[in-house]
Amino acid sequence: MHKWLLRILGLSYLGVLLAAPVGLVFWRTFEHGFGPAWDAVTTPEAKHAFTLTVLIAAIVVPANTVFGVICALAIVRRRFPGKGIVNALVDLPLALSPIVVGLAFLLLYSQTGWFGSWLSEHGIQVVFAFPGMVLVTIFVSLPFVVREVVPVLREIGIEQEQAAATLGASPAQTFRRVTLPAIRWAVGYGVVLTMARSLGEFGAVSVVSGHIVGKTETLTLHVEERFQGFDYVGAYAASVVLAMLAIATLLAMSLFKPKEEVR
Amino acid sequence: MGLATAYLSLIVLLPLAALVWQAGKGGRTGFWHAVSDPQAVSALKLTLAVSVGVCLINAVMGTIVAWILVRDRFVGQGVVNAIIDLPFALPTIVAGLTLLALYGPNGPVGINVAFSRVAVLLALLFVTLPFVIRTVQPVLLELDREMEEAAASLGAGPLLTFRHVVFPNLFPAILSGVALAFARAIGEFGSVVLISGNLPFKTEVASVFIFGRIESGDAPGAAAVSVVILLISFAVLLGIGALRRWTTRHDRA
Repeated sequence: MHKWLLRILGLSYLGVLLAAPVGLVFWRTFEHGFGPAWDAVTTPEAKHAFTLTVLIAAIVVPANTVFGVICALAIVRRRFPGKGIVNALVDLPLALSPIVVGLAFLLLYSQTGWFGSWLSEHGIQVVFAFPGMVLVTIFVSLPFVVREVVPVLREIGIEQEQAAATLGASPAQTFRRVTLPAIRWAVGYGVVLTMARSLGEFGAVSVVSGHIVGKTETLTLHVEERFQGFDYVGAYAASVVLAMLAIATLLAMSLFKPKEEVR
Repeated sequence: MGLATAYLSLIVLLPLAALVWQAGKGGRTGFWHAVSDPQAVSALKLTLAVSVGVCLINAVMGTIVAWILVRDRFVGQGVVNAIIDLPFALPTIVAGLTLLALYGPNGPVGINVAFSRVAVLLALLFVTLPFVIRTVQPVLLELDREMEEAAASLGAGPLLTFRHVVFPNLFPAILSGVALAFARAIGEFGSVVLISGNLPFKTEVASVFIFGRIESGDAPGAAAVSVVILLISFAVLLGIGALRRWTTRHDRA
């Protein structure tokens, strides 16, 4: 009896909170056929927003992947002063409000910010422009690769790397032939999470972007702008694009996860 | 290593330093003045109250969902397990829009919670859904069922077994999931911004309040409330760290 009760309770909670709303947006988008939805996501603004979003991710994901692996190696394999602080700082972006992140970057790079006058003297625009949007996206997606790689590095230990070094391999060779193959699934998983976060970031980007349509508008900002402009088809259609990216992310996650566990 | 520290300092430490500096620039009175602004107090109170509510609901519902995913067998279980992570992968603004589509003024079921505090609760429940489930699930998987069978053979009913055998084992995981959910909830913006209507003194949460202050050019006010949120997040993070050390110590013992 209680088995059924729990099953119904749990599943209806998921249905009411998760499945029904997401399903409805898909239905609303395609309720008048595929045409209007396609038209809505192929307007110049929507296309620009899509390109900009992909471009930001194309910078953020490699940067955070390289940093993530180096940082994980430093945390697990090295002893250095301030290691505890590095460890805490890496996790911080996960617990921080995106709005607070955006504000922090404004205080650094806006006209009245710390570097504001220097930047404007040299004609460099960071906030309300592309560089600022890249910077906040790097911030919010920074922890993912580190957090996935650290436990795997801890688990594989250093014996194999030491063996490689004894056999005359250089540090670079050891990394490429021994360490990297061992952590590659963890890196892959981290990359997927980083990508999902960079494609979907809204709050922090919203603060530093200035919302210039056709210029600093990412896909998530486009959803909001369309919705506020009462263009529901446009908002729903762009949402569906983002939702499909999210579902692709889940598929990629399940692709990386089992191999990680079998390993 | 030097590179990693430099990157981290430049991306994380420097902006936060600017934030703290801005909040502290007006001295203690300036900071206090900004934080005790009635609208700020109201936003912070609402954020904390709803986040606590979100934690309680997550603790119960998250454990139930984790339980049916591990101990139950039903058709479509794999799909259900896969969609649990959707709130992590889905952009927050899309999360807010989907909730508004169903529970907003034009929703098909005739329930309209838009621009109410229930809407804030709903949005925060959506984005924090996976935390407790994903922390409890692995613990439940590894839990030795012999203990439960022993309890049952000694005559304990399911409820008694759960309370005295299963629950104590799950408690650290539930707590750690709840802490993560709390940290997420107090800073949430994207999912709340469309459905809550951002009515000051009614549905305006802290992050929306900060956003409003930024837009109106009140950097000191925005920074002060941000630092309050930052301190709460930091405390929660430290709490989770302590909890992890505490539970791993218990594992070894």
